Amino acid sequence: MLISRDDRLSFEKSNPGRRCVTMPKERLAKASVPAGLARRDPLLFPELAELDAIRHFINLSRKNFSVDTHFYPLGSCTMKYNPKINEWAARREKFTALHPLQKPETVQGMMRMLAELEDGLREITGMDRFTLQPAAGAHGELTGLMLVRAYHASRGDSKRMKVLVPDSSHGTNPATAALVGYRVIEVKSNARGRVDLESLKAVLDDHVACLMLTNPNTLGVFEENILEIARLVHEKGGLLYYDGANLNPLLGIARPGDMGFDIVHVNLHKTFSTPHGGGGPGAGPVGVKKHLVPFMPYPLVEKKGDGVQWAPKPQRSIGRVKSFHGNIGVLLRAYVYLKMIGRDGLLRVSEGAILNANYLREKLRTVFPVAVDEPCLHEFVLSLKQAAAKGVHAGDVGKRLLDFGFHAPTVHFPLVVSEALMIEPTETESRETMDLFIEAMKRIAFEIETEPAKVKNAPYTLPVRRPNDVLAARKPILTYRDLLREEAVAAEARVG
Amino acid sequence: MPYIPLTGPEKRGLLREIGVSSLDDLIRAIPSALRGPEMSLPEGMSEPEVQRLVRDLGALNTSGLDFLSFLGAGSYDHFIPSAVQEVISRQEFSTAYTPYQPEASQGTLQAIFEYQSLMAELTGLAASNASHYDGATSLAEAALVALRHTERPKILIARSVHPHHREVIRTYLAESTCRVEEFGFTAGGGFDRQSLAAKLDADTAGVIFQTPNFFGIVEDLAGIADQVHANKSLLILSGHPASFALFRSPGEWGADIAAGEGQPLGMPVSFGGPYLGYFVTTQALLRRMPGRIAGATEDADGKRAFCLTLQAREQHIRRERAGSNICSNQALCALAACAYMTFLGRQGMREVAELNLDRATYLREKIAGIKGFEVAVSQPIFNEFVVKSPVPFAQIEKKLAAERIFPGVALETYYPELRNRFLVCATETKTREDIDRFAEALAKC
Amino acid sequence: MNFPENLRYTRTHEWIALTGNKGKVGVTEYAQKEISDVVFVELARKGHAVAQGKAASVVESVKAAFDIYAPLAGVISDFNQALESNPGLVNQDPYGAGWLFELEVTDPSALNTLMTAAQYAEFIQSGAGH
Repeated sequence: MLISRDDRLSFEKSNPGRRCVTMPKERLAKASVPAGLARRDPLLFPELAELDAIRHFINLSRKNFSVDTHFYPLGSCTMKYNPKINEWAARREKFTALHPLQKPETVQGMMRMLAELEDGLREITGMDRFTLQPAAGAHGELTGLMLVRAYHASRGDSKRMKVLVPDSSHGTNPATAALVGYRVIEVKSNARGRVDLESLKAVLDDHVACLMLTNPNTLGVFEENILEIARLVHEKGGLLYYDGANLNPLLGIARPGDMGFDIVHVNLHKTFSTPHGGGGPGAGPVGVKKHLVPFMPYPLVEKKGDGVQWAPKPQRSIGRVKSFHGNIGVLLRAYVYLKMIGRDGLLRVSEGAILNANYLREKLRTVFPVAVDEPCLHEFVLSLKQAAAKGVHAGDVGKRLLDFGFHAPTVHFPLVVSEALMIEPTETESRETMDLFIEAMKRIAFEIETEPAKVKNAPYTLPVRRPNDVLAARKPILTYRDLLREEAVAAEARVG
Repeated sequence: MPYIPLTGPEKRGLLREIGVSSLDDLIRAIPSALRGPEMSLPEGMSEPEVQRLVRDLGALNTSGLDFLSFLGAGSYDHFIPSAVQEVISRQEFSTAYTPYQPEASQGTLQAIFEYQSLMAELTGLAASNASHYDGATSLAEAALVALRHTERPKILIARSVHPHHREVIRTYLAESTCRVEEFGFTAGGGFDRQSLAAKLDADTAGVIFQTPNFFGIVEDLAGIADQVHANKSLLILSGHPASFALFRSPGEWGADIAAGEGQPLGMPVSFGGPYLGYFVTTQALLRRMPGRIAGATEDADGKRAFCLTLQAREQHIRRERAGSNICSNQALCALAACAYMTFLGRQGMREVAELNLDRATYLREKIAGIKGFEVAVSQPIFNEFVVKSPVPFAQIEKKLAAERIFPGVALETYYPELRNRFLVCATETKTREDIDRFAEALAKC
Repeated sequence: MNFPENLRYTRTHEWIALTGNKGKVGVTEYAQKEISDVVFVELARKGHAVAQGKAASVVESVKAAFDIYAPLAGVISDFNQALESNPGLVNQDPYGAGWLFELEVTDPSALNTLMTAAQYAEFIQSGAGH
């Protein structure tokens, strides 16, 4: 069969004495490890022949869904195509074999790439300066909130202990705020899924450090009152932070900098096509307006004459947020993407994202109710509340979709919608793919009515079915050793 | 338009199906004052043109393949088995999403589980997470765990820990009620026991060492775990992970947490990223571990299955109660590390470590023989060491550039009192000829 | 659903059994149902002082973490060690073997600020508790 049923770990395929890689035999010196410093534990690593090791990993890869093999309608993730030219560029040794501590004069190609990427991000978002250092969206948020804190502290404004976050926000927003020492206050959404202005005014005071927003929000609709929201927040001396997770539909159409945002983070692994890698590496560059530049982390790049150098450390920098310069390999991929699509391409991206999302929305709203009854931007939310009457939850529909060859949409998020299914097709999906997805959803809706158990117990065609996550959390088995121990315990129990 | 399937006729078809006449009808919610921003950006290029551009940019870079590089200091040029590239180039791995749907992600999940197993074995500890952004952020997270676990306000860190790592910890702890204090190193470069004893107190949540330290010296931590634990603090160890195949592991030293830079395990130097922060703890600290973790369990049909676990700690569940805000990890880098450690295997890991020690020892002997240059030949090292030069380092850099050699990293930038000293690294990638050539060039300075 | 008469209840679904100034605390049957399978309990720290209504412990399911609030002000004097290896006790026997921690209550008379079983049952019915 095509997908291996062998679920053994590499350790379980090990055979003493086997090896893959050979190393040079010659020793040049008589080096030895002092007795008191030597490792004494055996190193129980797998011992495999290279063919077996290759088969092991390749067979593992075949147990995965991926963008290159399946449609991922995951809301807020922007699972667009990962262009192969990005990979071609990122693999070149003229970029991978550069040591981070080399002097800038020796790496002007790299420096120039970083400077041009920053230029591009500035223009697209309407901000004044970017740091390319943060390694992920959450890392960018952390950096952004540290900037908020430093800014207020510099003005002696020490009473600002609160950060406002919409109740529809992504979990990283409040988690980041708490990490930086703020108290998180939720702002209610109105019936049309947007920040409720009265609710906002009620909690806005001069103890608020900042309001964190994503626009469009996680329901896929634009905060049409954004200019008013910005005015209100600034009036109270607060800052406005933009979570760039949903930037895709705004490319070329509108810019967070123009909306009044003081700080922005961008997810390169979402909007800028760098691959998700199974959970990273990503990159979350942070852009700011002039008044926040003195606090930026370092190093920053700056053009000087014909070349590009490291800028002097900002006067009141919050310091480093990462070792060295950032996830360079990811930055290079985003740079190549920007070069390919260019200014004209930005509008095609946002247009495609919006059209595709509304097409799916139009076709699916008769299958399951939509959370907000108006055109969306790049994503929309369905509610499967009615299916709950048949004992079927949003998560079950996600599982059943796997059988139809589609990755599940985002399920049970945002929390403000009951039994939510968040769908974002992106601009790189063709109509044929979307039509197949629509058919699958219709089929599942039919199954919910006629044979709900089939949906409840899905999926049936994958290597595993409904791993027991309660057991996994109660009895954590996180390593091969843990597994051996569990198996020994189970074996004893059987004998006893 | 690259990557976008929508043709003109298809666009009109979609608009019809949606029931609007133009895109404008769909973006009405966006205030007109915001629309149509002026952006100074170049037009898109074709793929052949972009390839050309990338090649031209690359030509402006001098890499560790053009020059002979003896640069280390937290980023190391190691041999990476060809098979590793094959594995991480599999699109089923690289273009996959986070494994929130375990049925569709057993490849990623099992690879993470194997990575966790390998890291636990290498560091001699019980439980690993799926990785952090890099060594510095991983160490910062370890400091946060110590602060939370002991409910004490102080982190004690050796000054011989990588300067970037110390900086990031300070950034993370800035303006909290918690503080960071450093203890020093002796003239020989190893940590100063008296300095440590003087600062270890009832406020100390955790003590952080790096071994081999920033100067390349393998620290003797005999008695340290007892001393730190008697003080009811946590012991956190960082260090080049490949060295643990040869030298005492963090677990053997009695560490509670091992956190540091995993780049040497299968990632190229890549001008600083993407790298990998390893984070491994004892069983007792398992529930405090931040970040993603893969666990083994059973599925509904009794089969072995892997899934993300202990997620309630994570941001998307706990929201403001999370101990950390980490969302992404560095999954593909963890896969590279897993593949690296698997393809090297038990014997290969040991041999690589021995080769590092061998090449660095040979280089050190050669430099010791050069008039005017000083090295401490008896210090235990792994793959790098400090050289004291008779002339300012800038001079050496310039002279060796003419010979197409990167000689090392000046220490003065990070330790102002260590003038005319530089850090030299020789990994298993260096041959006898490489090292002899370097020594000859230095002798001419 | 069962709400024993001899206990007192909070709006956040904890119960307390007070004898003198020693109070035993757990979560109600309603709570354990809402939480669903408990996978981990962060055990309260002995000697920790807590104000009324402040978080004293955390109960985790696979999907979420729930703060457990002290029904009355006091000092934590004991916690249920059995939950370390068997967190499911909270679901199986929320009023008995699934108890969470014990408090030395500062002001036992404050007990009358809490709900009786009947009041709690009504509180649940009215949907105010969700």
